[in-house]
Amino acid sequence: MSDATDTEPAEVETDEAREAVLATLTGTLGDAVAGSHVKPGQGLWVRVAREAWTAAAEACRTHLGFHFFDYLSAIDWMPSPWGRYEYSAVDDGIAPFDHDAPIETGLAGGDTRFQVMCRLANVRRRGEPHLNVVLKADLPDDDLRIDSLVRLYAGANWHERECWEMFGITFDGHPGLRHLYLPGAFEGHPLRKDFPLVARLVKPWPGIVDVEPMPGEPAANGDAAEGDAAAEGEGAEA
Amino acid sequence: MSVLTERQQRAYIDAQAADARVNVEVETDEGMTLNIGPQHPATHGTLRVIAKLDGEQVLWADVVPGYMHRGYEKLTEVRTYPQVTTLINRIDWLGSFANEVPFILAAEQLMEIEAPARARHIRTILFEMARLANIVLFLGDLGVQLGAVTPAFFAFRDREHVLDQIESVTGGRFHPNFDRIGGLKDDLPKGWIADTKAVMVRIRRFCDEIEDLLFGNEIFEARTRGVGVIPPEVGLSYGLTGANLRASGVDWDLRRDGGIAGLAHGDVDWKVWTHPDGDSFARCWVRLQETREATTIIDQLCDGLPGGPIMAKVPRIIKVPPGEAYVATENPLGVMGYYLISKGDLGPFRTKIRSASFSNVSIVPWLMKGVYVPDIITILASLYFILGDIDR
Repeated sequence: MSDATDTEPAEVETDEAREAVLATLTGTLGDAVAGSHVKPGQGLWVRVAREAWTAAAEACRTHLGFHFFDYLSAIDWMPSPWGRYEYSAVDDGIAPFDHDAPIETGLAGGDTRFQVMCRLANVRRRGEPHLNVVLKADLPDDDLRIDSLVRLYAGANWHERECWEMFGITFDGHPGLRHLYLPGAFEGHPLRKDFPLVARLVKPWPGIVDVEPMPGEPAANGDAAEGDAAAEGEGAEA
Repeated sequence: MSVLTERQQRAYIDAQAADARVNVEVETDEGMTLNIGPQHPATHGTLRVIAKLDGEQVLWADVVPGYMHRGYEKLTEVRTYPQVTTLINRIDWLGSFANEVPFILAAEQLMEIEAPARARHIRTILFEMARLANIVLFLGDLGVQLGAVTPAFFAFRDREHVLDQIESVTGGRFHPNFDRIGGLKDDLPKGWIADTKAVMVRIRRFCDEIEDLLFGNEIFEARTRGVGVIPPEVGLSYGLTGANLRASGVDWDLRRDGGIAGLAHGDVDWKVWTHPDGDSFARCWVRLQETREATTIIDQLCDGLPGGPIMAKVPRIIKVPPGEAYVATENPLGVMGYYLISKGDLGPFRTKIRSASFSNVSIVPWLMKGVYVPDIITILASLYFILGDIDR
């Protein structure tokens, strides 16, 4: 199940605890666990099938005692078509964007552009590092809906409302998907990558141009994001 | 610990969920709809609370945030990592420095950089100073909400000394922008430690004054004892954190339990305060004790300040390797965390900001059910939120 698990000797005990959490979830959900990732001493990521979203949360709550609802949100993995508004191509106009560019997802993998994520935690273990899990679920582009967690965690209410208006993801069974932040007539979903930040398009931010070259170093030409070696390792300041 | 059974809790949640269906704009056929805010002194900014009343009793209440939404999650996507701290300073504007810390720690975790010991200690001192600046004002404001004006003046008087200390290190009273990936911008100025310890004495005296003025006051007790009781299970399922959760008897503090590498709370001796009652009084009382505890943390850190550099070796142009990290710290208002996704670029690919007040206030519709109108104010005051921390 674990596609990347590096163990460090110093943190074996917390790692074991997280592996145990993962084993419990895998045992309860079976094939619904689509991917997982353990960062020793830092966290656990579990990607579940969309159909098993509430079942996964319920397993966390009943079998693992994760009563604390931390947050729920979504990730749009599409590379932004608008760039970062820092490059000359954008200053001259919108850079052409390839909508078929490959989408790279993060920890625990993924197959779709949108992922819902939710973090649940256990706070009852006194003195020990508390355990937690980040649940993720893939959502197909043509059907952005998933079951609501409000029945299990009342705190999911506002988080799902925010996620609904910011990403356009519908939560089935939510008691009232109303706008939380945005005005009622707002069109679009601002946190999607293809939603332009208009202020930046009107007036590009100087951004990286502000960085002046250090004496005796090759000048950073503003395209540092391209991955040139000059920006990589050298010029460490004390 | 268990106050409610599972079944009762589900009933509460169902009732709350049913209430959210009511259209807040038009339903006025029975009872009276009272609109509090968005411009109201008790809302600490622009929060709107809609309460449906039957006489003096609240049938249901709903909260309308968003009057100050600034879209920080979107804005971080078009900024470089060092630029983001300027932005997120403005989330909880009373404890600004504390906002920077979890973001910097998340970036450090992805870059696998650890700040030197001296930087971690000074960072922790400033983190706790931000807590003082924030909660001292809460303790003063608490009086105002109940009609006592004196504590506010005391609070503004003594907070100024804390802000002076923050300013003399960082150059900014409210928005320090001082934390850096790998350490801090600067070292402490000369004579700062002695001055700070004098300020800590003042703050402890302020706590005693507030305790005399407010916590022993009969009116204060009458209006807060037994009002707005949050059972621990309900608090957890709403994601309540900080003093609001500890006042319900949950012994959980990320400064002690979080295992956070970039802060030095583990090096000093201090206590996590809890209260079993879960009412408004308990929430205020826990915050008062936390203020005192923060002064002793700062005192001990000042005494044991290690030498050495304040900055680790960091590339001049900061690129964070691809990955995902979530770091949360125990901020003045509760747990604040940043879920940082990097694609190896100069800025974050996506930042999810988990702010404390957002979850803390989301319990208000549940909590307000059945309370009386004057209690709305004390409950909102005791939950203690900063608008920027709800709306982000």
